[in-house]
Amino acid sequence: MATFNLKINGQSKQVDVDEDTPLLWVLRDHLGLVGTKFSCGIAQCGSCTVHIDGTATFSCVTPVSSLEGTEITTIEGLSEKGDHPVQKAWEEIDVAQCGYCQAGQIMQAAAFLKENPSPSMEEIDDAMNRNICRCGTYHKIREAVALASKSN
Amino acid sequence: MATNIKESRRDFLKIAGTTAGGLLIGFNWFGCDSPKVEVLSTDEVLAQAKNFNAFLSIAPSGDVVIYSPNPELGQNIKTSFPMVVAEELDADWAKVRVLQANLDTEKYDRQLTGGSGAMPHSWERLRKAGAAAKFVLVAAAAETWGVSPEEIAVSEGVITHSASGKSGHFGEFVEKAASISIPDELALKDKKDFKIIGTPVKNVDAKEIYTGKSMYGLDFHREGMKYAMIQRAPFGMKVSKYDDSKARGVTGVSEVVQFGNSIAVVGTSTWPLMKAKKLLEIDYVPDGNVESTADHDRIFQELMSTGKAEVKRKDGNVAKAFQAAAQVVEAEYQCPFLAHSPMEPENFFAHIQGDRCELIGPTQTPDRARQTAAQILGIPPENVSVEITRLGGGFGRRLRADYVEEAVHVAKAIQAPVKIIWNREDELTGGAYRPAVRYKFSAALDENGSMIGYKLKGVGMNAGNTTRENNFPSGAIENVLIESISYDSSITTNAWRAPITNFLAYAEQSFLDEVALAAGKDPVDLRLELYEKAKNNPVGELGYDVDRMIAVTKAAAEKSNWGKNPGVKQGLSVYFSHRSYVAQVADIEMEGGSPTLKRITAVTDCGMVVNPIGANHQVRGGIVDGMGHAMYTNLTFENGVPKQKNYDSYRLIRMKEVPEINTHFLDSGFDPTGLGEPALPPTGGAIANAIFAATGRRLRSQPFIEQKEFSDIKLEIKRA
Repeated sequence: MATFNLKINGQSKQVDVDEDTPLLWVLRDHLGLVGTKFSCGIAQCGSCTVHIDGTATFSCVTPVSSLEGTEITTIEGLSEKGDHPVQKAWEEIDVAQCGYCQAGQIMQAAAFLKENPSPSMEEIDDAMNRNICRCGTYHKIREAVALASKSN
Repeated sequence: MATNIKESRRDFLKIAGTTAGGLLIGFNWFGCDSPKVEVLSTDEVLAQAKNFNAFLSIAPSGDVVIYSPNPELGQNIKTSFPMVVAEELDADWAKVRVLQANLDTEKYDRQLTGGSGAMPHSWERLRKAGAAAKFVLVAAAAETWGVSPEEIAVSEGVITHSASGKSGHFGEFVEKAASISIPDELALKDKKDFKIIGTPVKNVDAKEIYTGKSMYGLDFHREGMKYAMIQRAPFGMKVSKYDDSKARGVTGVSEVVQFGNSIAVVGTSTWPLMKAKKLLEIDYVPDGNVESTADHDRIFQELMSTGKAEVKRKDGNVAKAFQAAAQVVEAEYQCPFLAHSPMEPENFFAHIQGDRCELIGPTQTPDRARQTAAQILGIPPENVSVEITRLGGGFGRRLRADYVEEAVHVAKAIQAPVKIIWNREDELTGGAYRPAVRYKFSAALDENGSMIGYKLKGVGMNAGNTTRENNFPSGAIENVLIESISYDSSITTNAWRAPITNFLAYAEQSFLDEVALAAGKDPVDLRLELYEKAKNNPVGELGYDVDRMIAVTKAAAEKSNWGKNPGVKQGLSVYFSHRSYVAQVADIEMEGGSPTLKRITAVTDCGMVVNPIGANHQVRGGIVDGMGHAMYTNLTFENGVPKQKNYDSYRLIRMKEVPEINTHFLDSGFDPTGLGEPALPPTGGAIANAIFAATGRRLRSQPFIEQKEFSDIKLEIKRA
């Protein structure tokens, strides 16, 4: 057990956990930030995507010990009122079915659009290929990313 | 349209006033024979409504709360059910709030999600609930104003008497309305007057989902609760002994408990348990058949040739037909086991206090969860409460209560509230699979290429009836023999989205393509010819509506420009399941020397479409699901343990692998039928038939990418 100081969604947080604890479980079990989802645990599905210094990162394989001095953003902190352009586009297109993967999809899309504000459809497909949606909402995810890129 | 609300003892409306002055309308399924007024004791309208388990409540402010009793797992029932209630109520949708109801078998009927059955089951009931509320509100307004109810109009939550110029919102009349009896006959709206049903209404939980609010079972937390993860035995094995000293040594692990052949590590957070579980040293010994995929392949061959089959359907004289045949077509098809793999792994919270048990979590069958807990604890079912969280997918996995059972066992053993959590490896190795099945089809054709005999034999691993014997093409052929064998495997199986038909449809529709080729007929013409026979000279019982089969097939041919463009190689598949009819055409074009899957056109007849957004979601999602598993996903076994343990080897379809999907819905005039499943079954066949048309390779097993016939095809998938 060790103490780690983290900056999450602009706030300073302190947690006492084993140093190999993935950020995912720090968020979910220790800080009550359950918007970041667990699904595969091995960086294959993207449900756990957060931003580390603005980069989309799979929190399920990111040990807490690697994060001091970084800025961590989760779905809860993506925008104050849930009105980030990507969130708005997700609402407009009505993307979700079960919804479980969508926080990760949104975080993936938001980081991608920051890097590439006017992507081609192929670039969207490449970026979003990292995240799995078991309900098969891929068409709508693609549409929503395209819409969000236009509103940027 | 008038309808009798006292159709049966299990089905009548109930009205109640609330002490806060609101109005509650609900169904009572098991009570006495007539609607009655019931004044409840608590103060707050919402709390009372929740207690009452109403379909809807209306507050004095005019706000409408509609309760959705069925578990929501992405099929959009939490949006579409309330739409139906609000339609008959003529509510202002903007003022409607939707809440998930808890389990209450006394007040709700069929409170489960499965079989695409919720909407067909509840359509009439939901409409009546809305109509009943509107009736008493109108009567209350008429009484208040001293006018006749017939002169009153209702629109978007406002009640108006135009002759006197009087008007008011629902909330103004709820108190009086609570004292008015619901009549035996209620007028329902004419479908042409629908304002909400049939319009695109967005997911009622959208905001919460996109901002990461706690909604799912895995998100549930209560102060003081413990977490548990469980190691289960391989199939066909049992625990002989185990050493938990290393697991107990992990900081954060408080207990290790055994129940049956499962060993649970318990602690205060998830990560230490993931580590501790790996440190359990468990010895297993055989306890039945320890099976591998090679065994299943051998068993399939043996049972297909010599196994004793159960005859599911027999028409005419098959032996004679095959003797007289000018040509016989035969083929065998096989599919692997599959896991359901919902994105949210299994989990459940259980808290036992004395002779009561509280359960919270994701389940498609809350009543089964309750019965299971009651049985384990030896307490009456009514002492078990079940709170239904939003489900991160289900696909049939959460019809089973095995993980609820585990939560109860652990809670009992440690005498503390606990949430059990499965990880992905647990989910893929923990059982409840789509059964592996093998089919043999035989068709006898006469000299004109007409099918005079048809045989289907299915062998399944714990599959129950592997056939749907009264489904097409039964009814269209004079001599039919349909047989099934279920092998008693140690691998546990469960309903998986569109049970049986999720593979049977692919096999059958591919085989019909083989028959069309042998008969020298166009696949559309072959089907239309068979439909005509089933319509004009039906043989035996038909489990489907031939006219609806004809309509979706013709529409799919038209919408896909079937056969019109020689550069486009097409595959057709048409299937009826779960009361709905879906025809699909897959298009493959040659691009840069590679066959490229460009699009799938789907025509669906699910009766009236309640919500076009939801309907599109279900059809496209079903197609993506059907395609993904047909193309990529395999689950194989080695000594009772699946080889694919996570998404690195258990391959699910991704963004870049989905073609364009065009959806069309036929307005057949029927009441709505389910849509969670019916779009999935036809997809594999449409794609396989298009691949055959483009490459001459016939794919008779899934997943396609692992078949040698597919190895050098290099199929590309591209959207426009």
